[in-house]
Amino acid sequence: METVFYSLQDFMLCTKTVTYVLMGLGLFGLLGYWLFLTGRDESIRKF
Amino acid sequence: MQRRKFLALLSSAGLAAAMPVREGKTAPVNGFSGHQDAVGVLHDSARCIGCRRCEAGCQSVNADAVPPPDKRRKPAKPFDDLSVLDKKRRTDFQAYTVVNKYHIEDRSAPVFRKFQCNHCQEPACASACFVKAFVKTPEGPVLYRPDLCVGCRYCMIACPFYVPAYDYHSVNPLVYKCTMCAPRIAEGKLPGCVESCPKDALTFGKRSELLIVARERIAKNPGLYVNHIYGEHEMGGANWLYLSPVPHKYLGQPELGKTSAPELTSGALGSVAMVAGIWPVLLGGVYAISKRREKTAAEEQKQAVIQAVAHAKGEADVALKTAMTKANQEKDAAVARETKKAREEAIKEMEAKMAVDGDTGTTSGASDKGEDA
Amino acid sequence: MNAQHPSTDNIHNKTTPAFSPGRLIRENKLTALLIAMGLFVTVIRFTQGLGGVSNLDDNYPWGIWISFDLLCGVALAAGGYTVTSAYYLFGLKDFHTAVRPAVTSAFLGYLFVVVALHFDVGRPLRLVYPVFVSQGTTSVLFEVGLCVFLYLTVLAVEWSISAFEWLGWKGIRTVIVRLTIPLTVMGVILSTMHQSSLGALYLIAPSKMHPLWYSPFIPVFFFISSMFAGMSMVVFEGSLAHKGLHDQMDEAHLRDADKITLGFGKACSIVMMGYLFIRIFAIAMDNNWNLLSTAYGKWLMLELLGFVALPSFLYAVGVREKKIGLIRFAAVVTVLGVVLNRFNVSLVAFNYNLPSAEKYFPHWMEIALSVFIVTLMVTAYRFICTFMPVLREHPDYKAH
Repeated sequence: METVFYSLQDFMLCTKTVTYVLMGLGLFGLLGYWLFLTGRDESIRKF
Repeated sequence: MQRRKFLALLSSAGLAAAMPVREGKTAPVNGFSGHQDAVGVLHDSARCIGCRRCEAGCQSVNADAVPPPDKRRKPAKPFDDLSVLDKKRRTDFQAYTVVNKYHIEDRSAPVFRKFQCNHCQEPACASACFVKAFVKTPEGPVLYRPDLCVGCRYCMIACPFYVPAYDYHSVNPLVYKCTMCAPRIAEGKLPGCVESCPKDALTFGKRSELLIVARERIAKNPGLYVNHIYGEHEMGGANWLYLSPVPHKYLGQPELGKTSAPELTSGALGSVAMVAGIWPVLLGGVYAISKRREKTAAEEQKQAVIQAVAHAKGEADVALKTAMTKANQEKDAAVARETKKAREEAIKEMEAKMAVDGDTGTTSGASDKGEDA
Repeated sequence: MNAQHPSTDNIHNKTTPAFSPGRLIRENKLTALLIAMGLFVTVIRFTQGLGGVSNLDDNYPWGIWISFDLLCGVALAAGGYTVTSAYYLFGLKDFHTAVRPAVTSAFLGYLFVVVALHFDVGRPLRLVYPVFVSQGTTSVLFEVGLCVFLYLTVLAVEWSISAFEWLGWKGIRTVIVRLTIPLTVMGVILSTMHQSSLGALYLIAPSKMHPLWYSPFIPVFFFISSMFAGMSMVVFEGSLAHKGLHDQMDEAHLRDADKITLGFGKACSIVMMGYLFIRIFAIAMDNNWNLLSTAYGKWLMLELLGFVALPSFLYAVGVREKKIGLIRFAAVVTVLGVVLNRFNVSLVAFNYNLPSAEKYFPHWMEIALSVFIVTLMVTAYRFICTFMPVLREHPDYKAH
């Protein structure tokens, strides 16, 4: 990141783009982590 | 977030080393200061005489950029007709700039003010555009990219100065606004309007230098100007600056705070990321809780069933035992009865046989039969 | 937003049952008339430009197509995320029969929001640009566009279960049913984002907005009001469906309808009271009390007292007294109140300082086009409810 930002607009354009990409990754990541977390749970038995 | 704060946060998180953000030449002391070499124009309402030459100059250099007049639209009045000044006008898709006349109380002469894109340092149009069709160039002008524009017109909503205009009667419409004659500036020429001003009411130069010029004019002409350079701080500052003998609000210039457009929306945009991070956790939690409750309810139900079954089984066992006992007793009785019967029959048979054949050894067999049962 | 660019003719064909057209028109004269009028406006819109059909100008770039079709359309389609989260995530099993009608109307709501946007933007063929070509991530509208695009996709997948049951495609249906929970969570996240962002669109123009409607918390107001807007719309649509589509409803749907109405009535009542409080807090935080005595202030009081406090109270009385009719009436008042709020923000408060001669009033063709879009949506809803298992369960697939 050698870029120098001269305006808040340019700074936000960069950071928001990164944030949007991370948001997408984060949503999928959380889903995967959720499955990992609950993977050993006993399945709910139907009676 | 301000750059400094951002850097401070980075370093406190130990990330500064990992993400080498270089403190550039223009590292801002208070937020972002814009390009130091960016150009702009200073408009001086104390000098402007409302001759509309700037409008004509603009038209002559931008004639190819705006849609040609056609028969549906009423023909524009010639630029030497000053009667149009009696009406408040704004920029439109065929006029990048207009001059308006303002009658101020207690002043015999009207005051004129030129109106065009202010080429903000933090442009609201660029912040609002969802396809990056507005770009703040390092040279100063804010430029429009017609190849990207979708025509949502959010830039027109966002612009605090009511500058961007739309070609509503076209089937393939675009947004139109002043370019500060960026192509001419690149060639080393003056913007069309500045070049045609006969009264030196428009001064072209580096924004940083124009601010000094403006301050000097205010200082050297006591009483001529109000002590305010419109555009120095408005919405984060603009590359067009204005001097006026009357408060700028009388010249149709809105009173704007210093907060720039990106600052106004950064909070809301930031919380979007927070929602994306936290909502799945909260909703997952709610889901897990409701499932857990369901499971607990199911387990309780299961326990109840087991108990009920156990209870029922106990009762059944007792009943079974009783029945078994009874059955055994009955069985025993029946066997005894049968044995007795068989024994009697055997005795009878034996007696009959003995009576017929005389003495043999079959008595023991009959008694064996009875023991087996 | 949506990658497709259906012309209105396509939509018309898609939503018209494959019966004899003559009979259809005879049986639905009003619908046919409104659609014919809409097609007429469509032709003018795409041959003469926006100026030919609208009173939009450089000061008012957004008219009722944004105020009604986008802002109200999205708010009133919020029933999708409220009902699915109540049933699937919060585990409120009573709402089972409300899920499909809510998902269907939300899907159609968003679909026709996107259709309406094709009329409003200058170059509809470029509507995919923000997502696929040039991402202006600093724009609140980018956020709205991305979320509406993604949420429409989520709703289409959720809704497709009904369609696949109708078509009898069991395999793909099973796959989608397994995705229900992630889709529901995704739906709530996306809804939170874009419902609030629709309000955040106006954050950028404080100088153009009347201070009584401008607040840094306007995104929160839009999000909270979308909750009761969506739920009230589900109640309202439910009462309409009872009149118009009674014969398409099975026993369970008829039996549970009152329970659902009571449940939503209770939820709306309390959410609206909270919403009223935060609106008042905003006045206090900006110290705008002195503005309440102006004409704008009185108009705000009408909005808050007549269309938030009153329906909230009516809901409460209706729930306490178990009066379904009163709850349905409160739902209508609430829906009108949300429409009023969106119009107040986007047309009354916006440009409040312009002289009245420069203010905007919609052209009749703008209204006709909005009516046309609503008509298409209602027609599509009737078609779907007639053929697909929405207001009834499909005998082969119980208990989803």
